[in-house]
Amino acid sequence: MADVALRKVVKRYDDVEAVRGIDLDIADHEFIVLVGPSGCGKSTTLRMIAGLEDISDGDIMIGGDIVNDVPPKDRDIAMVFQNYALYPHMTVAENMSFGLRLKHYPKAEIKARVTEAARLLDITDLIDRKPKQLSGGQRQRVAMGRAIVRNPKVFLFDEPLSNLDAKLRVQMRIEIKKVHQKVRTTTVYVTHDQVEAMTLADRVVVMNKGRIEQIGTPNELYHKPATRFVAGFIGSPAMNFIPCRLEDAGGTLQIRLTDRIAFALPPARAARYNALPRTDKLLLGIRPEHLTESHAHFGPGVETFETVLDVTEPMGMETLVYFGLDGTPICGRVDPNAGAKDGAPMRLAMDLNNMHLLNEATGVVL
Amino acid sequence: MSTLAIDKAGPSRKVKYGSMSRDRAWALRWSYFFLVLFAIFFLTPPVYMLITSLKSSAEISAATNPWWVFHPTLSNYVELLTSNQFLRFFWNSSIVSLAVVLVTMLISVPAAFALARMKFWGSTTLATGVFLTYLIPDSLLFIPLFKMLALVQDYTGITLLNRWYVLLFIYPTLTVPFCTWIMIGYFASIPKELDEAALIDGASWLQTLTRIFIPVALPGLIAATIFAFTVSWAQFLYPLVFTTSVDQLVLPVGITTTLIKGDVFNWGQIMTGALLGAAPPLIIYAFLMDYYIAGLTAGATKG
Repeated sequence: MADVALRKVVKRYDDVEAVRGIDLDIADHEFIVLVGPSGCGKSTTLRMIAGLEDISDGDIMIGGDIVNDVPPKDRDIAMVFQNYALYPHMTVAENMSFGLRLKHYPKAEIKARVTEAARLLDITDLIDRKPKQLSGGQRQRVAMGRAIVRNPKVFLFDEPLSNLDAKLRVQMRIEIKKVHQKVRTTTVYVTHDQVEAMTLADRVVVMNKGRIEQIGTPNELYHKPATRFVAGFIGSPAMNFIPCRLEDAGGTLQIRLTDRIAFALPPARAARYNALPRTDKLLLGIRPEHLTESHAHFGPGVETFETVLDVTEPMGMETLVYFGLDGTPICGRVDPNAGAKDGAPMRLAMDLNNMHLLNEATGVVL
Repeated sequence: MSTLAIDKAGPSRKVKYGSMSRDRAWALRWSYFFLVLFAIFFLTPPVYMLITSLKSSAEISAATNPWWVFHPTLSNYVELLTSNQFLRFFWNSSIVSLAVVLVTMLISVPAAFALARMKFWGSTTLATGVFLTYLIPDSLLFIPLFKMLALVQDYTGITLLNRWYVLLFIYPTLTVPFCTWIMIGYFASIPKELDEAALIDGASWLQTLTRIFIPVALPGLIAATIFAFTVSWAQFLYPLVFTTSVDQLVLPVGITTTLIKGDVFNWGQIMTGALLGAAPPLIIYAFLMDYYIAGLTAGATKG
């Protein structure tokens, strides 16, 4: 087990820069998830750590040693692929032990490790089967088993759950988390699914267009996003962005959303945003769960307003309501018993204590 | 008792066939018609050979029905199989063909692996070039090849011409390009993650080839083997040109040069020899076809 460090890592394909200078420190035992839309460079970054792609510039260190020119087999890593990549002519046991057999481990040790990994992954009964006799979820377990028996310094996962159906994905997600809690191997996990990222990671690395947008714990990313991209990417349904500007009204700072709607900012927020120029074009970032039905009693910083709903989506435990503010589509989450109906007027409450204010031009959260 | 009622009603009801099944029935009729036609077309010569091989020379030259054996005899078989000359041709053919298969595989498989997987400068062009060489007909190549080998013989003093082993240098010019091309196709169909997984598991390129690619691409390997063997076994022009002494001849050339004396054709033995000569490829096909099952990669990836 070891820590992993990336120093100004760049990957160029001819004229295209797929990865543009990434700095990342992954601590020993840590579970890091690289997340981002397709083409953001997350898989390329993982493959560079694996040694499957050369790096164009910068350094990659595993356990303190620079491994830029070290071939994959000497990096002491194990990788789980999206399409499993099991050896079709070998049984499950042979698949799992292939790496150990190549390194001429004693037979007893190989058997012990395979048995242990199979027990951990609950595939003991499948050990003599060929991959084609397994279901997708079982194949993915075998692929994980192949990584575990090697007892490598680092686990690399390249979208391992993308080929599974939704239910199995949730199950395997928990499985992966359990396995990591047991083996504690440093893990780098790539996914485009922000839910996977949030649920699995110790820290999440959000990538966009070959750069790191933000690194943080799932809660940090959710509650304190650094940029509009992160704010919009993490969380489902996504955060609402409402064009707005600041204005002074009778000694208090207020935020104007439309000609009709302006809210006084809570004192803490007012103090934080007071220095901003009143002319800046800003965006109010507010998550759907902070747009709820209106009650009689609200704490300070919660403002109510009247709107007409376009569409409602009953989800069971909550109802999503969609409406527009001056043409900006907005999503809120209300109680299923709040009486939200398609096309009906409704009084909603906005919790400004959980608001974010963004610069529209730069996308930076202020 | 509703099920009983349906059972009774079933057969008595007039069944309307959909156009799908009618189309299918016609398609089947046509395919059987053409299959039978092809079978007759292709099986007539071997059947004629078999009939002739069972006749004595007298019966062959007699004006009787050529499609029937009136006095069957195994004398042609006995004569050929006890003739040292014929056994020598058979032996030469076997050695040459098996050795060529071996040489071809030793060159083609690593070459195909390199061209399919190790991306290097010009690898795509080289792969196409390999195939293009296969398109040059042997009737164009044999004279320059003869000159080349004669030159080598002159300079090195190693006797190559009129020796059976010269064919080991000549035949691969036919088999290697095609087999390499087949294997490139098979190797290219193996998912890239499979060799990446092997690389990460600690396999060298050679181990990836021998322990992953060859087993997974076994059907392709068998197809290439069958091809190389058949081409070597049936080759006529090159052995005719490069070998002349009777003890150096391979089967196809041996049969035609020794069993045709001037304008005397020993038809019975020619047909017998040809039939016996056709047997080994058939046996090889029958034996290897069992292993030639597609879909060995099933289960490697999501598929």
